[in-house]
Amino acid sequence: MKCVVCLKRVPDTGTRIKIDSSGTAIDDTDVEWIVNPYDEFAITEALTHRGSDGEVIILALGPEETTKEIRTALAMGADQGILLQVQRPPTDPLQTAQVLASALKELEFDLLFFGCRGVDDDNCAVGPMVASILDIPLLSDVIQFDVEGSKATVQRETEGGHEIGNMPLPCGITTQKGLNEPKLPSLPGIMKAKKKPLEIRPVELPDSSLEIVEMSFPPDRPPGKIVGEGADAVPELIRVLQEEAKVL
Amino acid sequence: MDPFESLDLFDIDALLTEEERMIRDTVRQFASDKILPCIREHTREGTLPRHLIPEMGELGLLGANLEGYDCAGLGPVAYGLIMQEIERADSGLRSFVSVQGALAMYPIHDFGSEEQKQKWLPPMARGEKIGCFGLTEPDFGSNPAGLRTRARKDGDSWILNGNKMWITNGTTADIAVIWARTEEGVFRGFLVEKGTPGLEAIEIRGKYSLRASDTAELVLEDCRIPAENVLPKTEGLKYALKCLNQARYGIAWGAIGAAQACFDEALRYSKERIQFGKPIASFQLVQQKLAHIATEITKSQLLCLRLGRLKEKGDIRHYQISVAKRNNVFHALEAARTCRDILGGNGILDEYHSMRHMMNLETVFTYEGTHDIHALIIAEHLTGIAAYE
Ligand SMILES: Cc1cc2nc3c(=O)[nH]c(=O)nc-3n(C[C@H](O)[C@H](O)[C@H](O)COP(=O)(O)OP(=O)(O)OC[C@H]3O[C@@H](n4cnc5c(N)ncnc54)[C@H](O)[C@@H]3O)c2cc1C
Repeated sequence: MKCVVCLKRVPDTGTRIKIDSSGTAIDDTDVEWIVNPYDEFAITEALTHRGSDGEVIILALGPEETTKEIRTALAMGADQGILLQVQRPPTDPLQTAQVLASALKELEFDLLFFGCRGVDDDNCAVGPMVASILDIPLLSDVIQFDVEGSKATVQRETEGGHEIGNMPLPCGITTQKGLNEPKLPSLPGIMKAKKKPLEIRPVELPDSSLEIVEMSFPPDRPPGKIVGEGADAVPELIRVLQEEAKVL
Repeated sequence: MDPFESLDLFDIDALLTEEERMIRDTVRQFASDKILPCIREHTREGTLPRHLIPEMGELGLLGANLEGYDCAGLGPVAYGLIMQEIERADSGLRSFVSVQGALAMYPIHDFGSEEQKQKWLPPMARGEKIGCFGLTEPDFGSNPAGLRTRARKDGDSWILNGNKMWITNGTTADIAVIWARTEEGVFRGFLVEKGTPGLEAIEIRGKYSLRASDTAELVLEDCRIPAENVLPKTEGLKYALKCLNQARYGIAWGAIGAAQACFDEALRYSKERIQFGKPIASFQLVQQKLAHIATEITKSQLLCLRLGRLKEKGDIRHYQISVAKRNNVFHALEAARTCRDILGGNGILDEYHSMRHMMNLETVFTYEGTHDIHALIIAEHLTGIAAYE
């Protein structure tokens, strides 16, 4: 199978995010960057469907430094990388989707993988948008993925249950936690990664119709309240839960 | 997620290649995700976390600096960084990796026959077969030249007799590299397989140190092995010392990891622990301790990086390895003790790491050439006079 994984470089989930002086974007200084954790499921899944004569291509849109995250994917076992290079990644998912889709048109893939969302902007939009531009089927939040011949069977998590569906190839999925257990890249994998092809293609972003007006942090959580200690505190606790928190 | 933040006052990161950093980060994550969550239990029980061995093999940590035979073929700095990151979690686990790679796989790789290499190295790299290294004896530690274990040729066999003491991986090992003297008085390395009649491994109990490591006494009593189990190129004690040089090189790096772990813990603690109405980190005496440890870690880092680059070029000298092993382990041990002190009473609990590192480092200070023996090696280079002879 020829598999393409669309990968995003995102701030490490442990990074303390700061908003820059414009108030509409995050401040990049001191940010540690990582492969979007949901994309790790996508890479791992693609590798299991590659087969002996297939390949796994990593396609990323981002600044030049994104080669580091692509190398990580190559170290995990992917075969080649393509970086669609821009100064700054767009905040408009439609711009991202349009640029990815035009690169994907030339790739003639069987399977297309996305993380269900980027842990930075949390838009959950790029995968479905790319699929509709390319006019191929895509199912999102996939927790089990099987391919037989030219048909893919997909299990998704829905509110309170599971849904199983089929789609013909070529098709795409967005990956949800539970799909697989991503592995650390092996050390020989890291050594091999530097010899794998990684193409850098500068690209122009199409116009955007979306504007970020403001970014802000959630308000500080109100401090907790200790009503007492041991069994003696129970009556007061019940009173507070009933009258103040109104949860009982 | 592990909150560990490594100290890098001199932007040494910038002196590493992208792959070296990636390898370090991968092993760091392995240590945080896999070793640290189980190390307290294994330390309490006095057991090697054997379940991690296949994973270490899969990652490529075993014999990582060797070429071919399914080994990762990493450079010396990347190899050193692996040791650093494993020892950041525990010196016992690092000892396992050192012995497997530098003391068991390395002699097979460099002094073994093609058949020996084919047979042992790939499964050892995968962690399916475990090795140990038997040089030290009950009566010969710092002075291995006196060792008593004998190998006698008998037709198609060698017959080994003697006792080996303090053998890391001893009860676990599928293959032991045993150093013995032949009837002609030549030191040679022999491969003794687990289960060979006449070989017995007895676990050494009651250790305060390196508790998550398997340490054993090996007894060889008329232990008959096939003639082809001698490592063909080993003719002299020099070959055993070459193995030790490989391992000592890794230990110098490993000590940085242990010191970093303690420093990270003590720094965090000192900023949170309030006494006299303020964090203890605000007292000058505590600050002086932190500044001293950070300075020594930085010096150790620079020493190792330079040593690694020399090894890359093939220019490394044994006394340089002695300088690094002696200095880095000394300062790591000192750092661990000081960090234990900064943690106050909490420092004696196994909920924290510094005291475990401190106890482990007592072994690291002694094995692979004691602190003082390394002083003699360095001084022999300086003066031309060998004080241990
Ligand atoms: C947990 C553990 C694991 C080990 N694993 C292995 C292993 O896998 N394989 C292996 O072969 N060995 C192993 N060793 C053995 C280790 O290498 C020896 O303990 C070490 O070489 C010191 O030998 P010794 O214990 O006999 O001490 P000794 O040699 O008796 O030394 C005792 C003291 O005397 C000092 N001393 C000795 N000679 C001199 C001198 N000439 N001048 C000045 N001072 C001197 C030493 O510095 C030390 O302070 C291990 C040891 C430990 C504790």
